[in-house]
Order: sequence, then C-alpha cells, then structure tokens
Amino acid sequence: MLRNALGKAFRFLGYTVQYGCIAHCAFEYLGGIVVCSGPSMEPTIQNSDIVFSESLSRHFYCIRKGDIVIVKSPNDPKSNICKRVIGLEGDKVCTSNPSDFLKSHSYVPKGHVWLEGDNLRNSTDSRCYGPVPYGLIRGRICLKIVFSTKMNGTIFV
Amino acid sequence: MAQAQGLGRRYIKAFFKGFFVAVPVTVTFLDRVACVARVEGASMQVFLEISFVYQEIKRCLFTDNSKPSLNPGGREASDVVLLNHWSIRNYDVQRGDIVSLVSSVSFWRSIPFATYTWCLNVVCLFLLRSPRNPEQKIIKRVIALEGDIIKTIGYKKKYVKVPHGHIWVEGDHHGHSFDSNAFGPVSLGLLHARATHILWPPQRWQKLQPMLPPERKPLHREQE
Repeated sequence: MLRNALGKAFRFLGYTVQYGCIAHCAFEYLGGIVVCSGPSMEPTIQNSDIVFSESLSRHFYCIRKGDIVIVKSPNDPKSNICKRVIGLEGDKVCTSNPSDFLKSHSYVPKGHVWLEGDNLRNSTDSRCYGPVPYGLIRGRICLKIVFSTKMNGTIFV
Repeated sequence: MAQAQGLGRRYIKAFFKGFFVAVPVTVTFLDRVACVARVEGASMQVFLEISFVYQEIKRCLFTDNSKPSLNPGGREASDVVLLNHWSIRNYDVQRGDIVSLVSSVSFWRSIPFATYTWCLNVVCLFLLRSPRNPEQKIIKRVIALEGDIIKTIGYKKKYVKVPHGHIWVEGDHHGHSFDSNAFGPVSLGLLHARATHILWPPQRWQKLQPMLPPERKPLHREQE
C-alpha cells in the first residue's frame, strides 16, 4: 500500500522534473509566450498584449536594427523590459531628448545595443540608462497574438 | 527476421525516449545548477615573484594571507573550477566572491585576461555558439555592490558610486586584468555563476572563500 503510493509519488516527481526541464530548454533556446505590460511600446504593443518571443536570434547573433527585443532590465535583473533596437554596436545614436534644441550624438560601444520604446514620450529606455549590454537580451519578439470576435489571427510585428 | 525488426524498433523507441529525457535534464542541470569550466588567462593570478625560494617561503609563512587565486601555473596548468548557478539564482552575491559574468565586449581572438572555456559541454551549447562572435564568460572577483563608493585603478573616474542593480568586479592581478576598471560597473543581469571550488589540479583542490583584498575595501558601504 505504502510502496504503491511511494512509487506513484516518485513517478509523478519524475514526470514533473522531466517536463520542467523540457520547458526550460524550450524557453531558453527556442522561445515562449510573453505578456507585455506598460505603455512604452504603444501603438505597436499595447498594455497586456500577448506576444511570442524567439531566442534563436540571440544565440545566433541575428538581432538587427529595428527588432523588438525582450531584455533583462539593467537596473533590476529580476524584471524584463521590451524595447526596440535603435542602434547596434558602432552606430551613431542621438542621445538628447526630442524637445532639446541642441542634439547630442554618441556611438554605441562594442558589445552593447541602444534601445528605445516606440512611445518616446512615455518610455524609460537607453536615453535614461545608456546603452545596454548584448548579453542582457533574452529574445526577439516575432509575433503578436491578436484575438478578434470574427476570427483568431496573428499579425507579424 | 520479424523478431529482429521488433527488437530494432524497440531499440529506436528506447533511444528516442532516453534522448528526450536525458538531453533536456542535462542541459537544464548545466544551465541552472552547476557546471565545470577551465580558467584561462592571467588576470586572476596573484603576482608571482621571480625567485622560487621566495615563493616557497611565502607559501609556508603567509598561507593565511595569500589570496586564493586562480591559474598560478599560467598556461601550462589551467585551473578547473566548479561554477554554481543555483547559489546566484536570486542575484545574491557578497563582496569578495569569485563570479563568472557574460562579457559585454565581443571579441574574436582571445585576449590575455581571464576567460574560461567549457569543460563539460552539451550538444546545444556547441551548436549555438557562433564562431563569428563567441559570447565569452569572464571570471572576476566582486569588489563592491550597489551603493558602495570605491576608489578605482585606472578608470576614467577616480571615485565611483556603483549604481543600483550593478556590481564592481576586478581581477586579482591588477596589471593584467580586463575588468570594471576598463569597462565600468557591470549589470547584475550579466551574472552567470559563482565559482565555488577549484577541482583540478588535485593539489589545488579547495573551496573558494569570499575574500576581499583589504586594500580594495569600499570607502563607503550602503548595505552591510
């Protein structure tokens, strides 16, 4: 009786570990579904939109200018931020605010990227905390999942 | 004939079942729990004296003061360290810990500072490493945490207050080290693992204790 129960418990534990590991590998090396919150990427990504991010581009170093990426926050490693890549290493970017009269430019250092939100008025991005190291990038957003009353569809962002 | 076919099919089924269990579990273990790596480079060497006799005396008399450095033997005998991912899952580091970080500078040729190459590797890691731009890991010692004010050696600012969510890392061998004195404070998100033990060579088997060099103590600590 007890042996039966123990056997079942161990089998359950085994399956949990196995599926947990498969899930980890999938999220880390392939991609996963992410829920975005915040207004900094409007109108491209609204608050509480569901998007699909893939991690292959990060591992193969295929992140391009204009991609929307999920990045670990430089100031808080436990939270993620979602911004658009404006400049790669070596690119010249404008670091001043849009309202400034005199524009200042700088070059993105090696191994870093420059991120900006689409909603420039309401976004804390590289204009606040500077260029972000490439190693913090977690994935690239490739799809946005949109549900409508007429049909289920996805649009490419 | 039919028996051999049945056996072959069973074998293939067992192989795939084992593959899909073993590979994800191993990959997850090496990513999240612990892995082993070989240290290359000289930036974690304590500065070696020229005379061998002096070295011996120093080792006998000053063993309690000597810093647990990595790679004192240079290129001939690289240390192999155990990297613990599990202990830094909450980004909980102390001053004096030896940690490995994802390098924020991409490079193609190896440069003389401490990097490490994977010792025990898994299929995925081999496949996904791009030869054009290898994401190298560097091993350094944590000198200051967020909020500390420290005096730098050769950085563009003489005194630096480590920003929120960042740490200041330095190699033990200051002259030969590509560390925060070159690229500034490092974001905690780039933290990869903590080096807890030296596994090889056997005569250097030891547990690495967090030890802050007294001359590198921060001038002001925000958190104790």
